[in-house]
Amino acid sequence: MLDLKGYGPALAEGAVVTIELAFFSLALALTLGLLGASAKLSGNRVLTGIATTYTTLIRGVPDLVMMLLFYYGGQVAVNALSDYLWETRGIDFFFQFDPFMSGVVTIGLIFGAYMTETFRGAFLAVDVGQIEAAKAYGFSRWHTFRRVMIPQMLRHALPGIGNNWQVLLKTTALVSIIGLTDMVRVAEEAAKAERMPFHFFIPVAAVYLALTAGSELFIKWLDRRANVGVVQGN
Amino acid sequence: MPDFIAEWLNQNDIFTAMTLMEYWDGLVTTVHLVFLSLVIGLLVAVPLAILRTVRNPLVSGPIWVYTYLFRGTPLLIQLYIIYYGVAQIPGIQETFWWEIFKEPLYPALLAFTLNTAAYTTEIIRGAILSTPNGEIEAAKAYGMNWLLRMRRIILPSAARRAVQAYSNEVIFMLHASAIASVVTIVDLTGAARNIYSRFYAPFDAFIFVALCYMVLTFILVFAFRKLENHLLRHQRPVNG
Repeated sequence: MLDLKGYGPALAEGAVVTIELAFFSLALALTLGLLGASAKLSGNRVLTGIATTYTTLIRGVPDLVMMLLFYYGGQVAVNALSDYLWETRGIDFFFQFDPFMSGVVTIGLIFGAYMTETFRGAFLAVDVGQIEAAKAYGFSRWHTFRRVMIPQMLRHALPGIGNNWQVLLKTTALVSIIGLTDMVRVAEEAAKAERMPFHFFIPVAAVYLALTAGSELFIKWLDRRANVGVVQGN
Repeated sequence: MPDFIAEWLNQNDIFTAMTLMEYWDGLVTTVHLVFLSLVIGLLVAVPLAILRTVRNPLVSGPIWVYTYLFRGTPLLIQLYIIYYGVAQIPGIQETFWWEIFKEPLYPALLAFTLNTAAYTTEIIRGAILSTPNGEIEAAKAYGMNWLLRMRRIILPSAARRAVQAYSNEVIFMLHASAIASVVTIVDLTGAARNIYSRFYAPFDAFIFVALCYMVLTFILVFAFRKLENHLLRHQRPVNG
């Protein structure tokens, strides 16, 4: 049996942190993606400009650099705000910008940009006739969006969401660099202390592999369900 | 030089010639590392991709395992395993390999190469598998054997289909290379981290380096668009 030298519980806790981080980031990314795609397709030039700037900026910068910027910069910004509020208004306001929060914000922002492209493509794949039909029924824009566009777009968006999720899951490992005690961090400390790198990193790699493999099956299942009633030409 | 730039240069004590040189050295390291791992990775990936399409599972199976493992786990862990793991191989410290691997650059290069080769193998495999059957039949009808078919028909046609996905992989690799700074390599990100800790100026240090990466990314995007236009010239509309 695998002997984890007493690091077993810490590694398990780290794995939970990794999964939590991934889910919170995914939620943020999906929200931003939906907003971004709606902005890009809104026809409003200002909104389209903002969304395009967002996706272009994000795709040009490495995830680690952005994470370092948010983590170190976030704290400096909070400190400055705290000083300002104290000096001008006498309000005592302070919070610690912790690695978990920086991780969720960074990963959410990055994958929000990718999700924007995914959702944009998916919205465009919805048959125009469906939207015309909704208009003919007197649906408002919001109603069309919620009742017609969203349900029909999801089927097209699923493969893209799945791919983004797989990459997102692996990106969570980076948060160990800014000091979050996820499983990579625990493994690194254990590996250094015990001088047994393979012993600790390979099980962690296996957990990631299990997570990505499990997700793959789950996404396939979701995809099958979403495409029930669609005749696929072969 | 416009006055406001001169004024700004006089006022700031972060972006002196010395720190700019540090960024420059970091840039050179990043480009060096990424370029080498991409070139070696591509050279490894082409034969692997061809073998991966062979029907014999004894040939394609191990390659599938390799790409699955390297694509299913974070690059950071692969880097840690190689960086910390190499020193633990019994007896390595007495061989000449140790001279090479005690520098952090080479474990990082190995990790990046293995990682990008895994992704590239799958990209090229996909392109090979989507070769139109008619092209292969035509080649067979001309009496080309497997090797000649691969060399003259399948690979050139696959390269055209792979270039789009490969450009994404190249940009991904450039961005992923930022983690080299974690194993004490002073690449672009490493330089930014040093400068950040010296001046405690996160915005200056990291936004500047983000701009550097952005410029590199856009150069790559531009170059690949040119390459794509060149490779897919025959598909352009007549009056396009």
